[in-house]
Amino acid sequence: MLCCICKEKPATVHYTQITGDKTQKLDLCESCAKAKGALDAGGFAFADLLFGLGASQEIEQAAGGSTLKCPQCGFTQADFKKSGRLGCPACYQTFAEALEGLLKTMHRGTRHVGKVPAALRQSRETTERIKLLQKKLAQAIEQEDFELAARLRDEIKQLTPRAPAAPRP
Amino acid sequence: MQLDQFLTPPAETARRSGPHDRIVLSSRVRLARNLKDAAFPGWAKKPERIRVLELIQPAVASLPQMKDAFVAAMDQLTPLDKQILVERHLISREHAAKSAGSGLVLNRDESYCVMINEEDHLRMQALRPGLQLRQAWAAIDALDTELEARLPYAFSNDWGYLTACPTNLGTGIRVSAMLHLPGVVLAEQINPIIQSVNKLGLAVRGLYGEGTEALGNIFQVSNQMTLGESEAAIVERLEKVLAQIIEHEENAREVLLEKKPKVVYNHIGRAYGILANAHSISSKETMNLLSLLRLGVDLELFPDLDRALVDELFLITQPAHLQKMYSEKLSAEERDVLRADLLRERLKNVKRPVIRPPNGPTSAPNP
Repeated sequence: MLCCICKEKPATVHYTQITGDKTQKLDLCESCAKAKGALDAGGFAFADLLFGLGASQEIEQAAGGSTLKCPQCGFTQADFKKSGRLGCPACYQTFAEALEGLLKTMHRGTRHVGKVPAALRQSRETTERIKLLQKKLAQAIEQEDFELAARLRDEIKQLTPRAPAAPRP
Repeated sequence: MQLDQFLTPPAETARRSGPHDRIVLSSRVRLARNLKDAAFPGWAKKPERIRVLELIQPAVASLPQMKDAFVAAMDQLTPLDKQILVERHLISREHAAKSAGSGLVLNRDESYCVMINEEDHLRMQALRPGLQLRQAWAAIDALDTELEARLPYAFSNDWGYLTACPTNLGTGIRVSAMLHLPGVVLAEQINPIIQSVNKLGLAVRGLYGEGTEALGNIFQVSNQMTLGESEAAIVERLEKVLAQIIEHEENAREVLLEKKPKVVYNHIGRAYGILANAHSISSKETMNLLSLLRLGVDLELFPDLDRALVDELFLITQPAHLQKMYSEKLSAEERDVLRADLLRERLKNVKRPVIRPPNGPTSAPNP
């Protein structure tokens, strides 16, 4: 197998990137791998390599051949490819599909499991509380326990105006 | 207030002590945060960066932790002052290159430093001497909790704190320790250690962070991954790895003294000889030799030399700190001569290293 970059030397370094249900393979010779920083065991070099090769293809595919542009800040996929940085927080929604695969290669998981700001934690809790009450309310109505249903309805009403709009994904 | 009046004198910073400070010079935890409705600093235009700075800086400066803090915009600082902050590891080299629209807030005892509009709107760090990752994390976490009530953070339920670079996404945390590892370097075990640390998803960097050389046998070990793992898990993993590295370093020192005492004495003796007698010496050579002198102190080869003096010299012989002592602009050659003068003067009462009897204690007790 020849190196997919120089197409001269035999490929001895092999990378497999799995993005969603798509698998992408890179077969590089030692010198091309070195030039791309793929032999450096540091994760940053690995990420750069993917930014340069696999990721950009992924982003283009995700965009369906068109140029994705963040409606909030005007950042494009070309800008992302060039800098490896995003333009604004809203870019994460704009480029969500392409990022998902990239994050998989970079991180331990693709879902946040750490700290949550207190304000959001409360709204999360409130949302969950309302869901629970609505379930109970449905049960109460089914059982024709209208006294309980009225109480639950009032409680839901009391919680609802204080709950802020659902947090952005 | 001028920066040099604010900063703790090097002789004092060198006396800060913490657990395992024979090997762990300092601990740091940094959090990256951004505002919800503003472009990241690298993409924002100057007026927007200034608007963000003017929003964030007073919010940070008004925190109880920041009482009597040093507050500045990067364009108010001279290039020399910025370099001094880099040499003290208070700001990154990237931040030192910033100008209008970026700023910093540094608290009185230099245990918190917040960079505004570095790569992210907020890069806040807690610093502690020695191995104190947990304490540093608790400190910066509390500061972050206070700040989130005052500033609208960009946060997503799925992806956590949103950062300019996807590599910091999620917790936005970087937990790191600065290690002095002359033993494993002399024993030629450093490369395998770096490789196995890398395999655990941790990064090993040089003295000034990303992409820098390991001058003076100093290495920074930090987490790379920030998403899919809680802050507590990251701190814990780093603690475990650091405990192993410390053990390797202690072992390497012990084994070297036992198996190759001449190699150790030769390195330390030469380092002493050059530092105490040179008439021109570069910053890089100074750091590498001071590292060996520090090892000599740890191995009790210099009964009358205090480790704090070595640490002080390590700081004040760096280019910006040296330049700051003189009013006229120095060339690199002039600095090398003045650096050598300073070293000879400060080391003139230090006696040459002793040679320990073969059956003497092989390592100093842990603090």
